[in-house]
Amino acid sequence: MSIDIDTARKVAKLARIRVEEADLPALAGELSGILGFMEQLNEVDVEGIEPMTSVTPMRLRRRADVVTDGNIQTQILKNAPDAREGFFAVPKVVE
Amino acid sequence: MTHLNELTIAAARDALRAGKTTAVDLTMACLTAMDAGDGLNAFVHKTPDIALDMARAADARIKAGDAPDMCGIPLGIKDLFCTKGVASQAASNILAGFKPEYESTVTSQLFNAGAVMLGKLNMDEFAMGSSNETSCYGNAINPWKVDGRDLTPGGSSGGSASAVAADLCLAATGTDTGGSIRQPAAFTGIVGIKPTYGRVSRWGVVAFASSLDQAGPMTKTVRDAAIMLGAMSGFDPKDSTSAELAVPDFEAALTGDIRGQKIGIPREYRMDGMPAEIEALWADGTAMLKGAGAEIVDISLPHTKYALPAYYVIAPAEASSNLARYDGVRYGHRATLAAGDGITEMYEKTRAEGFGPEVQRRVMIGTYVLSAGFYDAYYNRARKVRALIKRDFDHVFAAGVDAILTPATPSAAFGLGEMADVDPIKMYLNDVFTVTVNLAGLPGIAVPVGVDAQGLPLGLQLIGKPWDEAGLLNHAYVLEQAAGFVAKPQKWW
Repeated sequence: MSIDIDTARKVAKLARIRVEEADLPALAGELSGILGFMEQLNEVDVEGIEPMTSVTPMRLRRRADVVTDGNIQTQILKNAPDAREGFFAVPKVVE
Repeated sequence: MTHLNELTIAAARDALRAGKTTAVDLTMACLTAMDAGDGLNAFVHKTPDIALDMARAADARIKAGDAPDMCGIPLGIKDLFCTKGVASQAASNILAGFKPEYESTVTSQLFNAGAVMLGKLNMDEFAMGSSNETSCYGNAINPWKVDGRDLTPGGSSGGSASAVAADLCLAATGTDTGGSIRQPAAFTGIVGIKPTYGRVSRWGVVAFASSLDQAGPMTKTVRDAAIMLGAMSGFDPKDSTSAELAVPDFEAALTGDIRGQKIGIPREYRMDGMPAEIEALWADGTAMLKGAGAEIVDISLPHTKYALPAYYVIAPAEASSNLARYDGVRYGHRATLAAGDGITEMYEKTRAEGFGPEVQRRVMIGTYVLSAGFYDAYYNRARKVRALIKRDFDHVFAAGVDAILTPATPSAAFGLGEMADVDPIKMYLNDVFTVTVNLAGLPGIAVPVGVDAQGLPLGLQLIGKPWDEAGLLNHAYVLEQAAGFVAKPQKWW
């Protein structure tokens, strides 16, 4: 499966990574190369095999559905690039 | 005379308990070595004040007779571990300035046991790389040198490997998603173990590929690996995949007796074009284990050749999901925005500026294989192949094999920059012998066994049964004793 420039643009968009138009052909080439390497997987007979989800057969533990912390607003906001009045601040989202 | 920073954990522990040295003296020796080792670019955030406070506290515990094995032992911590109040960047610009408000479970356990943190160690960005060349801090450098070239210490735990091999610390933490502990250990002549998936808590370790990531120790000897792994292991309710199993006394398992144990030699690991030196090293290691009374059996792991392509679907898929959190909102870097830029521009510019090229490549590959229309063709197929790879190992262990011996890497350490112009897949081939172990969730250990014609260290890998780190370490101990690898890099830095 070869990736064209339009697909590369779409993947970059989905990944929310800005890629300049001029860089798209190189990106498409790289992604195609890696996907070509993965094509080998098509040689394997996987008929009737369940996709592996966990390394050891286990059910993920669930903890009790209770609040385990709280009142740590300053800690939570401490590393934010922009925090105001107790909130994370971002550019306008809704017009 | 041995300098204090050159001690093993075991020797330092015994000297501390016997009152022959103090944690403060040990720490001072390491801090001096660390500062003198700047040319290796292994330590990227130094914490001397924290180290001395911890060392003084350790000395008080030792004096009071309350000293676990790791008490007073100076360590380097890979930058992937969140350490409270200390920069933890995963070697990425996107986490510039991030100082966690919490402590990872692994470092908490080590510090509760009295270990001393000297600082944070270089690595590949988000642990994605095999040469420490994707780091935002620049390359870490291998203390081994045979000509004018600077060599890679391997990756992703390159700073950890470099620091331990150069005696800047007694040991270091590493993490291993596809070989990131074992490959750098082999490139620098030290020991590195990746435990069974679930043995060591992942909580507070910056996530790369959650179904593959495991932390482990990188040490000067197998005994040290046993001691430090014991302190890192154990059930953690904060990691939903942490195993609720008792932690054995790994050091007590080092009996040196492997008589009658079955060692499998997988024929599929004999790759086309494998250097004769690697082949000879593998044969030597096999003879050593046989000489110790083990039974050598040929085994087959038929899906081995599909491990790398399966890994390079699964790991980027998980990474693209895990790294979605770096959006410039809650922590780390946010791009400067132009007038009129909205939230989408903020995400896209932040991630383009913050992630390096290899991380961007993997996030986009992951995004692609998980996107509508390709999920089954790539991601689900890779997960099915992964099930087959695991089944290969299950069959071998069910047939009575106790451990498997393989090369650790396809070559000795290569020069920094030498892989810059080759296609990324060539670099991925570094993990060809190690990645199967992550896919199957098994424990694996790299042990230094010899040197190549140039004098660079070469390692072998032993792969163990699930949860049998104790047996695996004992096999590694026998190999280490038989190999008698004592070479050290000549100090040039």
